[in-house]
Amino acid sequence: MSYAVQTKELTRTFKVKKTKKEGASEVVALKGVNITVETGELFGLLGPNGAGKTTLIKILSTLLLPTSGLALVDGLDVARLAPEVRKRINMVSGGEHSGYGILSVRENLWMFSQFYGVDNDIAYQRIDRMIEVLGLSEFKKTKIGKLSSGMRQKMNLIRGFVTDPKILFLDEPTLGLDVQISRDVRKYIKSWVKNNPEKTILLTTHYMAEADELCDRVAIIDQGKVIACDTPSNLKRLLRQEAVFHIEVNLSMENLDRFSGIKGVKNFAYEHKHHVGKTELKFILESDAAISQVTDVLRQDGTRIISLSKTEPSLEDVFVALVGKGLENES
Amino acid sequence: MNPELKTNLKAIWGRAYVRVVGANREPSWIVSETVLPVLAVAAYVYVYRALNPDPLFTSLVILGGAMSAYWMNILWSMAMQFYWEKEMGNLDLYMIAPISRMSILLGMAAGGFFFATLRAIAIFVLGIILFQAEFVVTSVWKLFLLFFLSMFALYGMGMLFSSIFMLFGRGAWQTSTLFQEPIYLLGGFYYPVKTLGAAVAALGSLLPITLGLDGMRQLTLKSGKTLGFLSVETEILILVGMSVVFLLAAYYSLLFMERLGKKEGKLSLRWQ
Repeated sequence: MSYAVQTKELTRTFKVKKTKKEGASEVVALKGVNITVETGELFGLLGPNGAGKTTLIKILSTLLLPTSGLALVDGLDVARLAPEVRKRINMVSGGEHSGYGILSVRENLWMFSQFYGVDNDIAYQRIDRMIEVLGLSEFKKTKIGKLSSGMRQKMNLIRGFVTDPKILFLDEPTLGLDVQISRDVRKYIKSWVKNNPEKTILLTTHYMAEADELCDRVAIIDQGKVIACDTPSNLKRLLRQEAVFHIEVNLSMENLDRFSGIKGVKNFAYEHKHHVGKTELKFILESDAAISQVTDVLRQDGTRIISLSKTEPSLEDVFVALVGKGLENES
Repeated sequence: MNPELKTNLKAIWGRAYVRVVGANREPSWIVSETVLPVLAVAAYVYVYRALNPDPLFTSLVILGGAMSAYWMNILWSMAMQFYWEKEMGNLDLYMIAPISRMSILLGMAAGGFFFATLRAIAIFVLGIILFQAEFVVTSVWKLFLLFFLSMFALYGMGMLFSSIFMLFGRGAWQTSTLFQEPIYLLGGFYYPVKTLGAAVAALGSLLPITLGLDGMRQLTLKSGKTLGFLSVETEILILVGMSVVFLLAAYYSLLFMERLGKKEGKLSLRWQ
């Protein structure tokens, strides 16, 4: 069977230049990655910054060569058949500043469509339709240098779709966008896949809720390795035996190692919310009974518990359980 | 039409469009790239007038000033362009597009040539009006041939530089700066290159614009023949060779640099 995307033991290393203090070294960005994405799927690659998501996208979109292993797009080897692969793909990255400030939104989109040989009539039809759907109509004649980052990202998204690719790579498409614009972008992605069942999207994100909402299947990647791959609901079922607790406390927590020693704590993660002076702790426990020991440890050093709740497992909890840390506390 | 050829032609026009439109939308270039070069031209004109009343030198300087627009375009808008495109995030998008990378370079060159020609004409016309320079064309077809061959060779060289600079970091900027003044000296923009002596003039003639300018002066100035470093016919032949060599070198260099960039991860700024 031919997959839209398939990787076999895909590995990529980068050489890091020698400095005065340290010699040359290597960073392993991908370590033996194996994934398969079926045609028509909206597949998510979920992981923290530096996990290797962008490296994988760059290899699949023919911008990087693998160090070893195989990457196939629509059954074609990206290392040997890059020109054929390019006819089938497009890519949009979050926060990209592509295009030329001297051209308007519509002109920039037209220009990029020309690199794919799209006829002018078709290009303008698609551009105008997508501009309308994504709420950019009033900006279509605006020079892109004058657009907000959210509007610019909408334009980038249209750039990816306007060439009608068979396989689209979206690398953190909602990175840094406000809630409403992120919602618009996700809505458009969902509707495109729904209306074009023969098309495939591979999306990277470090927003768990985005992966949960959009993706048919999700691969969780950390430190260059895929550590789980399944549908969001199946991934969440991994935690059906465990109890997931979220606790808000009033302090910036230090000495977090003390939680590791508590019997019944499988994993935990934290997120400091400096702007409100709180820390949110997430615990994956073997059973409900372990929570009393957690609260005892908190009380012992005078930490005030603001809220405590038992929740249904989310993808983020799955990530904490598998990786042993949250996305916010990567070190 | 062959679909691949059609796509590549569309890509050339798409990329050229940015510069063609830019010429209309940013009138500030008239001050920065016409008025300021005319000031440099004026300085040389007054130096020559103080030393030598022969109006030939006024015309020589104006022609050099006009042609310098092309060199500036090559240095800052061709050679540096892929480096800037990488900084802006456009290079990724060019590299994943199903087109020959040469189409992007050709589009840049075509648009750049158009833009530089507007500047060159503006400098030329302003120079003639301000300094009453005289030109007498002795052979129109040789002049056209020489001009367009020097442009082919010059933009071929720009495309070659562009592919090399593609993988540079901030060093690209410094390298371009390094090229600017020495080439003003070696290119003979404001004096006949012949005055540098045969060896240095030959070195300067590695730049297509040096030969092109030398030949154009011979074909457009009264007693221009006396200023020439080589005969116009020889210069035409050398420029034909340079056009072929630079265009082929640009093509292969681009392939090599793209491969190297993909291997070393230097095509993109973001890699993880």
